[in-house]
Amino acid sequence: MSVLKEDLVRLIDNPESLRRRKIKNKFFHVVLFLCTIFGVVVLAFLLYDILKKGLPWLSVDFIKNFPSRFPKKSGIYPALLGSLMLILLTTVIAFPIGVGTAIYLEEYAGNNRFTEFIKLNIANLAGVPSIIYGMLGLAVFVRALGMGRSILAGSFTMALLILPIIIISSQEAIRSVPGILKQASYALGTTKWQTVTGVILPYAIPGILTGTILSVSRALGEAAPLIVVGALSYVSFAPSSVMDAFTTLPIQIFNWASMPKKEFQNVAAAGIIVLLIILLAVNAVAIILRDKYQIRMKD
Amino acid sequence: MNKIKGLILVLLVSMLTLSAVACSKKPAALSGTVKADGSSTVGPITQAVAEEFKKVNKDVEIAVGISGTGGGFKKFVVGETDINDASRPVKKEEIDKAKANNIEMTEFEVAKDGIAVVVNKENTWVSDITVEQLKKIWSKDSTVKTWKDVDPSWPDIPIKLYGPGTDSGTFEYFTEEINGKAKEIRPDFTASEDDNVLVQGIEGDKGALGYFGLAYYEENKDNLKILKVNGVEPTLDTVMNGTYKPLSRPLYIYVNNKSLERPEVKEFVKFYLTKAKDLVKEVGYIPLEDSKYQEQLSKIK
Repeated sequence: MSVLKEDLVRLIDNPESLRRRKIKNKFFHVVLFLCTIFGVVVLAFLLYDILKKGLPWLSVDFIKNFPSRFPKKSGIYPALLGSLMLILLTTVIAFPIGVGTAIYLEEYAGNNRFTEFIKLNIANLAGVPSIIYGMLGLAVFVRALGMGRSILAGSFTMALLILPIIIISSQEAIRSVPGILKQASYALGTTKWQTVTGVILPYAIPGILTGTILSVSRALGEAAPLIVVGALSYVSFAPSSVMDAFTTLPIQIFNWASMPKKEFQNVAAAGIIVLLIILLAVNAVAIILRDKYQIRMKD
Repeated sequence: MNKIKGLILVLLVSMLTLSAVACSKKPAALSGTVKADGSSTVGPITQAVAEEFKKVNKDVEIAVGISGTGGGFKKFVVGETDINDASRPVKKEEIDKAKANNIEMTEFEVAKDGIAVVVNKENTWVSDITVEQLKKIWSKDSTVKTWKDVDPSWPDIPIKLYGPGTDSGTFEYFTEEINGKAKEIRPDFTASEDDNVLVQGIEGDKGALGYFGLAYYEENKDNLKILKVNGVEPTLDTVMNGTYKPLSRPLYIYVNNKSLERPEVKEFVKFYLTKAKDLVKEVGYIPLEDSKYQEQLSKIK
């Protein structure tokens, strides 16, 4: 104890050491700031580049047109519709299953080897490369279940892809529900199901929604598994049912980016802007929903 | 309530008769779906044809995928697609697999593609290269590190190699023609599935040498230098008449014979061969001679 005190006194009394420590502090202040700014600068540069190339090409026609071999006439309509239908269906499939699994694992499942095994597997699945899900989707949904290369098959594949993330984030959210709230509910003689619907879900829903939306955003940007499942690069028609063939925004953008004609780079940039707008919109919906439920909780 | 039911019944009956009439007459408008997949090189041609075909036949739905020639054939031989785009002729085992599934196919050649051998704009020492020199550079156990290693009269500048990735049909074709065996190549070159990346790489590297589809050179003419191969420069004429050898190749579509009996597929293929001449040029490839298209058109009854 006394040694430490002596050390302290020596340090404080030594102006040279003080100076050095202050310089060190300054130095790391700057380094850490540069670390922070690095990502932002790169993002800003990318955005600037994309906006500069893409904005002049963005128009109502671009949204309404079909892809064309002429850059000027090219549009994103079938890909946009394909992406939106795919994402909607994916969410409808994955959300109930994911949240259901999380509730089961956190509230109902016994604390045994089997539960541990399932949890371990889900955690592992979250780290599996997305293309593997594509192969699984091709074998199971497209071929074995006979869905063909349809939006439905794509949605099921995407749902599998994002399920682990939904489950894990929902588990976290459910775990964060204070024990006293649950105990209070049980003390009133409610059943487990009543406690789940009356206390746990309302409290956990902001967290669950955040996790879901983040995973849906990921699905929106995926191309690899969909290519395996059989999303096409060009469709001459807008998808009208879930059994239709389809293409999506990332695939369309990739397709344009690899075209020989220089102007297609700009068309691709315009496509990226559309994709970004949709991503931001989806995220905005998530934030609005979350805030809404959070306010309700405080009341 | 009954009135409404009656009305619906009348409507239904009239619709049925109308459609029956429409069917009994020769169908005025085609409908149905045409599914194509396969080579990403041929894909743009098929897409261009689809774009034009759709203007005439609004109700026909056309879907074009680009899973690569081999990937496309995997779907084609089990009957999942009607047409397969191919940047090489069909292989024997693919025909056998198709036969096992009761599928017969017809081959149509639709265009030619030249592979351009390209160097940096500032490269002053080479404008003509031979197949032997290319082989020396690209072969599996190549020891070439600088341009001087290829030809003593060339400068002692490191040679940097750029080429399409291993899933590409261009890669397969180039290695087969130059190295004598498909997919055999030295491992230390910059590979990309996106030819635009190769273009950028060669543009920014004085010692660069690379190869890719002629269309990508045509679009970047001002920033690249193309080499003659065995003394012949790849142009529309030399590729069309076959004097640019060996780096020019035919592009095909394969059509499932059963699908070909369906009116929408039949019309689509006919349309393809009729319009190919102009459309092929617009997407950057080289058309066949007129007579070849005519000859193939007569194959379709």
